[in-house]
Order: sequence, then C-alpha cells, then structure tokens
Amino acid sequence: MAHAQGQHAAHAVGQQEKHVEGQQHPLGIYLKIWGWLFVLSAASYAVDYFHVQGYLRWFLILTFMMLKAGLIVAVFMHMLWERLALVYAILVPPLLLLVLLAIGALEADYTFLTRGTFFGGVSEAAPKH
Amino acid sequence: MTQPALTSAQQLPAGLPGVVADWSSDQRAFKKVPWYKAMMWIFLLSDTFIFSCFLISYMTVRASTTEPWPNPSEVFALTMFGQKIPMILIAIMTFVLISSSGTMVLAVNYGYRKDRVRTFIFLLLTAALGATFVGMQAFEWTKLIMDEGVRPWSNPMGAPQFGSSFFMITGFHGTHVSFGVLFLIIIAIKVLRGDLDKERPGFMTGRKGNYEIVETMGLYWHFVDLVWVFIFAVFYLW
Repeated sequence: MAHAQGQHAAHAVGQQEKHVEGQQHPLGIYLKIWGWLFVLSAASYAVDYFHVQGYLRWFLILTFMMLKAGLIVAVFMHMLWERLALVYAILVPPLLLLVLLAIGALEADYTFLTRGTFFGGVSEAAPKH
Repeated sequence: MTQPALTSAQQLPAGLPGVVADWSSDQRAFKKVPWYKAMMWIFLLSDTFIFSCFLISYMTVRASTTEPWPNPSEVFALTMFGQKIPMILIAIMTFVLISSSGTMVLAVNYGYRKDRVRTFIFLLLTAALGATFVGMQAFEWTKLIMDEGVRPWSNPMGAPQFGSSFFMITGFHGTHVSFGVLFLIIIAIKVLRGDLDKERPGFMTGRKGNYEIVETMGLYWHFVDLVWVFIFAVFYLW
C-alpha cells in the first residue's frame, strides 16, 4: 500500500517536471535591463573619472552598486518571477552579513585607535575610509 | 492519501500564505523550480557568504591600517593613445563581464525556445567574453606584480594589506570566472550535440537532459557578474 502510494507520487512528480515551463520571458525586458546595466556601469566609472569625492562619492557608488545588483538578481536571475518561498530562503540570510559588517567596522576602528596610540604616526597618514 | 502529490500552478497560493504553504507542504519546499536550480541557488547563497567574508575582511584591514591606502584610480591607470586614463582596464573588464551576462540571458531564452543553434552560439559567445575577462585579469596581475612590485605582503605605494586583499579577492573571483568558462563550454557542446533535445542523460548522472540546465548555468554566470559589481564598487572605486 505504502509502496503503491510511493510509486504514484513518483509518477506524479515525473509528470509535473515535464510540465515545468521554466522562465520564459520576452527578449525586450532582457535587452532593456542589459542597457541599464551598461548605463549604470558607465555612471559609476564616471564617478571615478571626474574625481567625485566625499559623501557624494560613497552615496553614488553604493547606489549604482545596489541598483546593478538588484537588476541582475531580479531580472537576469529571474527572482522577480520565482515563488516567495525561494526568494525569502535565498535573499533573507545574507542580511545576517550586516552584523558581521558592523563587528568588522567596530573592530577596525578600535584597532586603528590602538595602533595610533601605541605606534604613532596616525596624524600624518590617516586613511581615507 | 487523496491529496495530489504536487498541486498544479493554479492551486498554489501566492504571497505570504504561499510561503507558509510551500514550507509546510510535506514535500519539497521549492515549487515550480527543478531541484537542481534550487540547489544552485543554495550553492550561490553559500558563495555569497564566502565573498562577503573576503570583502568585509578587506574593509576591516583597510579601515584599521595607519599607512595610506594606495589610490586604486592611479594604481590601475593605463597609458593608452599617449594618455594616462584612470582605471580604464577595469572599466573595460566591467563592460566585458556585463556583455557576457547579456549574452547568457539570450542563451537561456533561446534555450527555452528550443533554438539549438542560437543557444549554442550565445553560450559560446558568453564563454569567449568570460575568457577575455580572465585574460585581461592575467594582464592586470602581471602588470601589478612585474612593473609595480605589488606583493601579498608589501607594495611600494603604501599599506601592505592592499596586496593581500587584491590578490585574494580578485584571485577568487577570477577562479570562479575560469570555472564558469569551462562549464559554459561543456554545456555549449551538449546543446550543439542535441543532448538536451534528445533528453540524453548527462555525464555522471542518469537524469534526462533538458534546457533548464542552461538556466541553472546562467544563474552561476550571473552570480559571477554580481560579485564583480560589488568588487568593482568597494575595491576599485572606493
């Protein structure tokens, strides 16, 4: 009985897999996103080329980076059309990295401070970060 | 017992109730994707953590060094047409990799249309652009090691951490690109031979071939491009 049920399930899975139609979308959207990726890359290169500095540089670089990453994941990697169960399983765990980022930043500040205190030479060579 | 093994697409609830239903469904949690695509995503998730560890370590060493950080804009400048252009090689590498991502989506798209020859051409084009990228990276490494004297433990421009971060991050990324090119060529050959049309089982597997493996390959390739987006922003432009 259990065996028969298993067979039935296996059969159904096989049938289902044959009917998976995959991610089929019109070519236009890919070409549009492709164009945008070029524009955004050119823009982030321009930030360096025209020597934009300070907070504006940070802001522009990070904005262009997130926009490009978002477009690639959403459209090129089809996350836009996947079921939420998969989207959450993949996109939520990386948020944990923010904790590591915060720890790294705190630790770096502390190390920088102690290096300055015990080895000197901070004033003339403060890193731009 | 009378429950269907897998509910069809129309019966799957959407939104948050869909998440709960999928995860509590007593079968596979990831509906409407072949299992190897779900596995590729999980592999990419683990790879995300690896690259993030590199990039966050880089942030930490860069922020904690008391020596000045070499200016990437000048380190990676190239003299072209008698002019010194900042970061031009990296910019070209970025455009090459983005182009390869574009040709990859076209390959996936033509794959689902069962257009064997076009899928093959775009896969091969993607591999060629990837190989170009690796070639340019080899040139960049050679220039940095031979001409500028950058080593993983020291460099003449400033903070020694620059070398270790650079070789580790770009080296790991370049390795990913190289393996991607290898697998692109393998998939391209399978497509051209008609393995996917004839559902011929692949090497080392009894699973029937189909065009969804092109999309799974594409996921890996786009991920490599994705990582470069982050490296370009935080290592080269920062």
